[in-house]
Amino acid sequence: MTQQQSHPQTANGDDIIIMENVKKRFGDFWALKGITTRVKRQEVVVIIGPSGSGKSTLIRCINHLEKHDEGRIIVDGIELSHDVRNIEAIRREVGMVFQQFNLFPHMTVLDNITLAPRIVRKWPREKAEKLAMELLDRVGIADQAHKYPGQLSGGQQQRVAIARALAMQPKIMLFDEPTSALDPEMIKEVLDVMRELARSGMTMVVVTHEMGFAREVADRIIFMDAGQIVEEGTPEHFFTNPRHERTKLFLSQILHH
Amino acid sequence: MTTTTQTHTTPSLITSIWHWLRDNLLTPWYNALITIIVTPIVAFVLYRILAWIFFAAEWDVVKQNLRLFMVGPYPQEELWRSWVTLGIVVLLSGLSWGAWRGREWTAPISVVVLGILGALFLPITAASKINLLIMAAIFVGGQFLGAWKGEHLRKYVVWLWVLSFFIVLIILWDVRPSSTPPFFEANIPSGQVGGLTLTILLAVIGIVASFPIGVLLALGRRSSLPVVKTFSILYIEIIRGVPLVTVLWTASLLLPLFLPSDIRVDKFIRAVTGITLFSAAYLAENVRGGLQAIPKGQYEAAQALGLNYRQMMQYIILPQALRIVIPALVGQFIALFKDTTLVLIVGLLELLAIARSVISQPEFIGLQREVFVFIALIYWVFSYSMSYTSRRIEERLNVSRR
Repeated sequence: MTQQQSHPQTANGDDIIIMENVKKRFGDFWALKGITTRVKRQEVVVIIGPSGSGKSTLIRCINHLEKHDEGRIIVDGIELSHDVRNIEAIRREVGMVFQQFNLFPHMTVLDNITLAPRIVRKWPREKAEKLAMELLDRVGIADQAHKYPGQLSGGQQQRVAIARALAMQPKIMLFDEPTSALDPEMIKEVLDVMRELARSGMTMVVVTHEMGFAREVADRIIFMDAGQIVEEGTPEHFFTNPRHERTKLFLSQILHH
Repeated sequence: MTTTTQTHTTPSLITSIWHWLRDNLLTPWYNALITIIVTPIVAFVLYRILAWIFFAAEWDVVKQNLRLFMVGPYPQEELWRSWVTLGIVVLLSGLSWGAWRGREWTAPISVVVLGILGALFLPITAASKINLLIMAAIFVGGQFLGAWKGEHLRKYVVWLWVLSFFIVLIILWDVRPSSTPPFFEANIPSGQVGGLTLTILLAVIGIVASFPIGVLLALGRRSSLPVVKTFSILYIEIIRGVPLVTVLWTASLLLPLFLPSDIRVDKFIRAVTGITLFSAAYLAENVRGGLQAIPKGQYEAAQALGLNYRQMMQYIILPQALRIVIPALVGQFIALFKDTTLVLIVGLLELLAIARSVISQPEFIGLQREVFVFIALIYWVFSYSMSYTSRRIEERLNVSRR
């Protein structure tokens, strides 16, 4: 049945991610209790919410690091099924940046970035390295190309991780709390890179606690709690006039601590 | 590099020895006491050992049986074949050294010095002495060639090593499909290769063959496919549950019973298969330890980049996991090297078996000590070289990482 649905829904506009009633459970615990939302091309969506609300699980479902139990997820016209080819096809188009960077410690920065283009996209080394150097220049650490991740600061490592994801020339970038593991003085350098990326027109889904970033960069904010989307809207709506009590409580806690 | 720029007066040799003694052996007072008590004991033991080695021991037994220790009952007139195989291995070693380390001079100089010392002092025939010098020359020549072509040669050298394995077997035993005519006139059954040569062959083939099998079993044990996983667990746990002797017995006695009578598997092949399958189970558990030490984030990062399972394992997980378990793997390889002594029970005459047969000859009765000290030295040299090499590899990998 998945064959005929392999390219559904592309007709209705420019939604690049479509989620319909997505549910996910860990044992008896429902981490996602029916999520329905869409992300447009070039849209920047920021997901916020208290810890344990399911926001990380949600974006990890988009590239199938977590397997959703019910509902449908369609990314760039390809439905995420259990077909490995579909999963790998989607992962080639979706870049991800993790809270803990997850750089490959046994490779230089340059090798970290060129690895996937070379072995997944089968690019020749010269082409991959040329792009890698451009990306390192873009994130501001071209001079660190031949170092190992362990020799870099946290902020530099996270910028390498962003460059590594961009090297696959993805259509979508997922950010899973990219600044949560960073020392405060390094948060800005990572957010600057993300800001620049958003301005360049990249489709981004960002889980973060950085409200300043959300307010400034997001096209839309999704507030999640207990595995559900409580409220979504533009930053102005969200920060000035939230409707739900739960949202107001969360914002008051996070903004006035 | 900074010590050369420091300008402190170098103390005289005697004062520096005195400082070392004072700092390490004489302070505080109870160290001085221990030193005073232990020194005579150590001196006495050392004296007795050295006195035995240089005056009491009758090394004639080693001299007269040197060829047996090295190649076992290999026929004298075919001995040139074992020299040729040694030559191939030496040439490839030299090529590898040159291709990877360039014109590094410590190795060739030690090889040449060892060769000359051996030719001067070893109790061997004049022809063997010349052969020994030729081997040293081959190494140096190989290194020169390797250093000259450098990196371009590396890929070919690896393939030459693989190829050499088969060439060595053909030259030593004339191993070939039974339909083809023999390459050599003299037919040598595998039981006739023995001694150190057999020990090394068993160990090297066992290590090289068990490595991929062990890695696959380790991956299989962590697989999500129930059949693969169950098979791997069963295999590992059954093999680890029995002694190597049992595996060797099974391979040499039971296997021929199950196979059709016209298929006869060579004794050496059976023994080396037993060792390989045995070692693979232990290797799998060591590698699994390394796999478990790799954080989940590494898997996720690799998957998120679109790598498939094989690519993820090959480029991300295994390089890190194997690096962690180098000490455990080398420990296991050393154990395997010494475990080869057990092939005695299937009728192969490796180094220890040769030693036993030598001391059971009437003219060498009472010379067990000399023989066992000699072969213990051989085992130690090889085991320690492995251990030393592994430490060097670890150091080099760590340097590149930090």
